[in-house]
Amino acid sequence: MTLVWTASGVMLLAAAVLTTYRALRGPTTLDRLVGMDTLLALTICGLAVWVAATYDTTVVPAIVALSLVSFIGTISVARFRVRDDR
Amino acid sequence: MIADVIAAVLVLTGSVLALTAAIGLVRFPETLSRMHAGTKPQTFGMILVLVATLIRLSGHPDGGMLILTGMFALITAPVIAQRVGRLVYREQRTGEDLLDESQLRPRG
Repeated sequence: MTLVWTASGVMLLAAAVLTTYRALRGPTTLDRLVGMDTLLALTICGLAVWVAATYDTTVVPAIVALSLVSFIGTISVARFRVRDDR
Repeated sequence: MIADVIAAVLVLTGSVLALTAAIGLVRFPETLSRMHAGTKPQTFGMILVLVATLIRLSGHPDGGMLILTGMFALITAPVIAQRVGRLVYREQRTGEDLLDESQLRPRG
């Protein structure tokens, strides 16, 4: 079982690194926004895998809070951001 | 034991989905196609991992909060996709030549 959790953790970490590359590199603000949104989803997945691996349920409220914060953050950036100069 | 195997399969599927989405996010050329790739782990992959966690925590009271997280993800994903997709279409006009008629195109 440890192999399963380690493998999924490594895959999620690699996904997070690639997503961070897109968030840093992305030519427009919207690319960065999509990258950050995906990064938050990956964080939630990682925390859920941690809970499943260790039965440590102290981070479960953090999972719920993160899912709401990612929604609020993405929507407010999409609403209030400054347009890119093209 | 069988529940553990099911949970392991679900977690691995969700992680592979997340990895492919990240590769698509890096490799796809336009913002809209990047959005298409990036929203895959946001709903389906996350739900798979949450179901696996729910199976592992069966009977624990914190399982309800995981169900709540899955519901939030399903409710908020369309709103985010609509807002961001609208902005992307307005500013970048990707694939506009493929459309017969666009109701978002400004008139005049």
